[in-house]
Amino acid sequence: MEKKNEMVLEVESRSCNEGLVRIAVAAFSTQLNPTLEEVTDIKTAVSEAITNCIVHAYDTGTEKIRVECRNEQRELTVVVKDTGKGIENVEKAMEPLYTTKPEQDRSGMGFAFMEAFMDQVTVESEPGKGTTVTMKKLIGRQNPVFE
Amino acid sequence: MEEFMRKRGTMLTVYIPRELDHHFAQQITGSIDQELERGAVSQLVFDFSDTDFMDSAGIGMIMGRKRLLSYSGGTVSAIHVNDRILRIMQLSGIYKHIEISQEPVWNHRKR
Ligand SMILES: Nc1ncnc2c1ncn2[C@@H]1O[C@H](COP(=O)(O)OP(=O)(O)OP(=O)(O)O)[C@@H](O)[C@H]1O
Ligand SMILES: [Mg+2]
Repeated sequence: MEKKNEMVLEVESRSCNEGLVRIAVAAFSTQLNPTLEEVTDIKTAVSEAITNCIVHAYDTGTEKIRVECRNEQRELTVVVKDTGKGIENVEKAMEPLYTTKPEQDRSGMGFAFMEAFMDQVTVESEPGKGTTVTMKKLIGRQNPVFE
Repeated sequence: MEEFMRKRGTMLTVYIPRELDHHFAQQITGSIDQELERGAVSQLVFDFSDTDFMDSAGIGMIMGRKRLLSYSGGTVSAIHVNDRILRIMQLSGIYKHIEISQEPVWNHRKR
């Protein structure tokens, strides 16, 4: 059986959508038979990426966030895209504890958690144009291949 | 007082919701800070019994309150923390700044 599927979501950058997108992506990932632990990993990483769009990319208003998900074989890919303010220095932004909003209860751990819970995280960004975060995770690493 | 908080003497306990993200953190932080600003809190306890999800917004919320309380020398702790949330706390380094307990609440050591 070919295991391939795609989903695209577009939501407004409102904080109430953090939970919504997290649950939608988690539900999508269940088609790959993830463990409970893996589902929580995915939820955490997605939550971080969406929150960053709301808190940083669109900090002056409400705009659209696009989320693309792909299941292929045993790998989940999640792409989170905004057309917000962008990141000047991506390498620096991804350092643990680095935040540009320390006064707003930010801990600077968002990217660190994405990297801890997903296998691969790549960030493309252009100041003034927006940011695309692509995350990949191999699901069911501890299970034998059952196809 | 909001239903997710309880005050006994100078100890303020905050019952964390099932999921603690940026959305929920925003909703409860204001009331916690109001209570802290009133003074007379020497112990702030976050109770995670009902919580099975937390992201970096939870870390930011706890560290922010820790900063507020540190001016008056108060302590912050997290109790009933499950394995997952403990892992998040360990990754973030927050365990160096607050007391974390996985024990049932009635074993919680009072200082
Ligand atoms: N989508 C984005 N658009 C613009 N800037 C971003 C975006 N995502 C992250 N950043 C920048 O990268 C920094 C680091 O992000 P990260 O998620 O690691 O920490 P944080 O969001 O500041 O804090 P936390 O996630 O712990 O609440 C942010 O402070 C912000 O400057
Ligand atoms: Mg973040």
